[in-house]
Amino acid sequence: MGYFSDIYQGIKTLLTGMSITGKYFLTSRKGAITQQYPDNRDTLKMFERFRGEVIMPHNENNEHRCTGCQKCEIACPNGTIEIIWDKGIDETTGKNRKKIDQFIYHLSMCTMCGLCIDVCPTDAIKWGQNFENSVYDRTQLTRVLNNPESKLQAGVED
Amino acid sequence: MNLTLGIINNIHDWLFGVMPEGMAAIVEMILIALVYLGIFSVVGLFLVLMERRVAAWFQLRIGPNRVGFQGLLQTVADALKLVSKELTGTTKADKFLYNLAPYFVIISSLMALAVFPFTKDFQAFDINIGIFFLIAISSIGVIGILLGGWASNNKFALIGAMRSGVQTISYELSIGLSLLTMVLIAGSLQLSEIVEVQKNGWLIVQGHLPAIIAFMIFMISGTAETNRAPFDMVEAESELGAGFHTEYSGMKFAYFFLAEFINMFIIAAIATTVFFGGWLSPFGLTESIPWLGVFWFLSKTLVLVFLIMWFRWTFPRLRVDQLLTLEWKYLLPINLVNMVVMAFIVWLNLTIQF
Amino acid sequence: MEVTSVNNNFKSEEYCINMGPQHPATHGVLNLLLTIDGEIIKKVEPDLGYIHRSIEKMCERDSYQQIVHLTDRMDYLSSNINNEAVCLTIENALQLEIPERIKVIRTIIGELTRISSHCLWWGVMGMDVGALTTFFYGFRDREMINDIMEETCGARLTMNYNVPGGLMLDIHPNFVKRVKAFVAHFKTKIPEYDSLLTENIIFQKRTKGVGVLSKEDAISFGASGPVARASGYSCDVRKYHPYSALDRVTFKESLMTEGDTFARYQVRIMELWESLSIVEQLVDNIPEGESRVKTNAVIKLPKGEYYQKVETARGELGVYIISTGTKSPYRLKFRSPGFSNLSLLNHISVGGKIGDLVAIMATLDLVIPDIDR
Repeated sequence: MGYFSDIYQGIKTLLTGMSITGKYFLTSRKGAITQQYPDNRDTLKMFERFRGEVIMPHNENNEHRCTGCQKCEIACPNGTIEIIWDKGIDETTGKNRKKIDQFIYHLSMCTMCGLCIDVCPTDAIKWGQNFENSVYDRTQLTRVLNNPESKLQAGVED
Repeated sequence: MNLTLGIINNIHDWLFGVMPEGMAAIVEMILIALVYLGIFSVVGLFLVLMERRVAAWFQLRIGPNRVGFQGLLQTVADALKLVSKELTGTTKADKFLYNLAPYFVIISSLMALAVFPFTKDFQAFDINIGIFFLIAISSIGVIGILLGGWASNNKFALIGAMRSGVQTISYELSIGLSLLTMVLIAGSLQLSEIVEVQKNGWLIVQGHLPAIIAFMIFMISGTAETNRAPFDMVEAESELGAGFHTEYSGMKFAYFFLAEFINMFIIAAIATTVFFGGWLSPFGLTESIPWLGVFWFLSKTLVLVFLIMWFRWTFPRLRVDQLLTLEWKYLLPINLVNMVVMAFIVWLNLTIQF
Repeated sequence: MEVTSVNNNFKSEEYCINMGPQHPATHGVLNLLLTIDGEIIKKVEPDLGYIHRSIEKMCERDSYQQIVHLTDRMDYLSSNINNEAVCLTIENALQLEIPERIKVIRTIIGELTRISSHCLWWGVMGMDVGALTTFFYGFRDREMINDIMEETCGARLTMNYNVPGGLMLDIHPNFVKRVKAFVAHFKTKIPEYDSLLTENIIFQKRTKGVGVLSKEDAISFGASGPVARASGYSCDVRKYHPYSALDRVTFKESLMTEGDTFARYQVRIMELWESLSIVEQLVDNIPEGESRVKTNAVIKLPKGEYYQKVETARGELGVYIISTGTKSPYRLKFRSPGFSNLSLLNHISVGGKIGDLVAIMATLDLVIPDIDR
């Protein structure tokens, strides 16, 4: 009778499997796990630690916190960050000190490892949550993070 | 007299009025062929859409819902894309057979559609050996698959085609025998006759146990016949890439694709006609309105199509040798015994009649 | 004297097909040269190197902090465990005292990574044998882990969460709550996995008795992880050389003796349960404390050779560092589980059908970047 019990067992297991998928079919309306991505841009919020791109926040006076110490440049495994710096007289203190001219960030080379942000002593760079990085021209992925005419925030370098 | 049949009769009379009889007959045939072609490319496209939506719901997805209302035009857009695509091919392909293969597949599946009674007297071709015709036609499609696989000069395609040959030849037997079991109780090969018989209860009820077994065997072997999962050895995308249609592109691929879905519709339609009373409504609810038969026929068919889709999205695929084991060691012997049992039931008048 | 030597190795019925480098079943850019006779496989030759990125050589250039993020890209499905392996090696070399909190968090995240890797494997296993729906069910559960990872580590796949000396950031306040929710959710889903695929007659027919690997062969081919444990070779690094907080949890090593595809499948399903229980034991009482030990900005390992092995989702990952006292290693060698497991593919799949090969490949659970590095 092994022949017939095999058939019975086989059909039973098949029906069990069908009941699982059938259950999901019936609850598919509310159970969908996919998102309709471009439509839900307004409600789609990434987690605060999400590593989308490196950004340099500026305050309302167009001031950043980067002292140009180049620790991030050294920490980066891929040469993603290039800092072009200069020496200049600081207006407030009158001392001759290093200041950044351009903080260049090559998004196309970045692996989002987070070492630059981890190593930054002044929290000058942070993670941005933007993940829509597609562009038509590769040169647009090379970004200058400090705003034009921006200055170092006072009190950071002490 | 209902409206549709009235219009059809009017056209018939008008055609025979304006031209000689032979000419009119040919024109009428061509018109009917065109109508069928039109209807069933629409049915095919609709089934593709249905498959995609059903699959999405099984898989906790949403499915295509952008083109048209709820994605209704999605497959039309896909078809347009396929039409506009370049027809590529391998350089060492046997060009003639390579180009011929899709037509074999699509023509055989369209031919089978002609014999179904969609409702009372609404049938293109009421042949008296309807079931026999269906079985004969449905095995022509495999020639197209074999040709396509062989002629495209691709080893994966060849393996797929050979698997298809082995599979279709084996499962033809089960389809034929399970239908034959039902012919025993219906007493006719003519499809319209078979539907008439079921006015005293659908054949799956009349023939109770052996009919249910025959139905299960028919659905299993029908799924195998249409090369759908769990019997999709022919395509088996994780093994053979795309199987026999690896080298086909554009509209030629679309023919294979549409044929698969129309074949699925045919299998479901045969099951509806033979087991579930065709266009008859349950308990004779709408017997006085014959054109509602189309609705009953299509809804029963779509339920069975859904069942086949359910199989596909639940089960893993069989291996080639297990496919043959299932046929020759399980389905065929059971089928033969089942047929004898059915013969006894008919002989001893043990059928359930209302 | 014979002049032409074409096809001398082949019988006339045999022919050769290329499975890959672009093929749905090879899960990446692996090329398998199959010599087949009809449907029956006579020989399988894996052809590697399509995704070789010379990670080991790059490690000789990078500082020790930078090495860690490269290991994300090896076995990307158990990236956190790879990170942990490198960090443990460096910490052992520096003889850093790691606080309990870090150890516990590392273990929890490691086990979550293992579960997520096995979820993906389960989905893909089903897909390889033809049940496409399993893929989405596996991904649904994996997605919850990915969300936990994203909230705490910042990324879903290549986290780079471990640094030499601890963790890059402390866990997110929601971490414990989310992990508990996941454990409760996933406990109801594994039985579903079982009734959908494990008990399915077609699946059992496809996998039972296919690709049998004996215990002796498993040892001599250097197999590890679920592949070796399915053959009865008890080799769980977590059990024999416990690292991080694994010495304080109780769990059973998943062992089967059949050595066939179905046994490998079942070992992984059992591991899902075990990993869940490890997570459950640890998540309730994560000790308070520092999440990072201070290290020098430039880490220089003392001169010498260091080895540390961990159990990734695929098996034993060994990290071997030779240091000459400079800021980057003189040589760094990864002993990856996938490479050894791939080497037995020819041995166990000869004589089977093409469908068997696909099922075997699925249960070897190959990640190609892990093999090529």
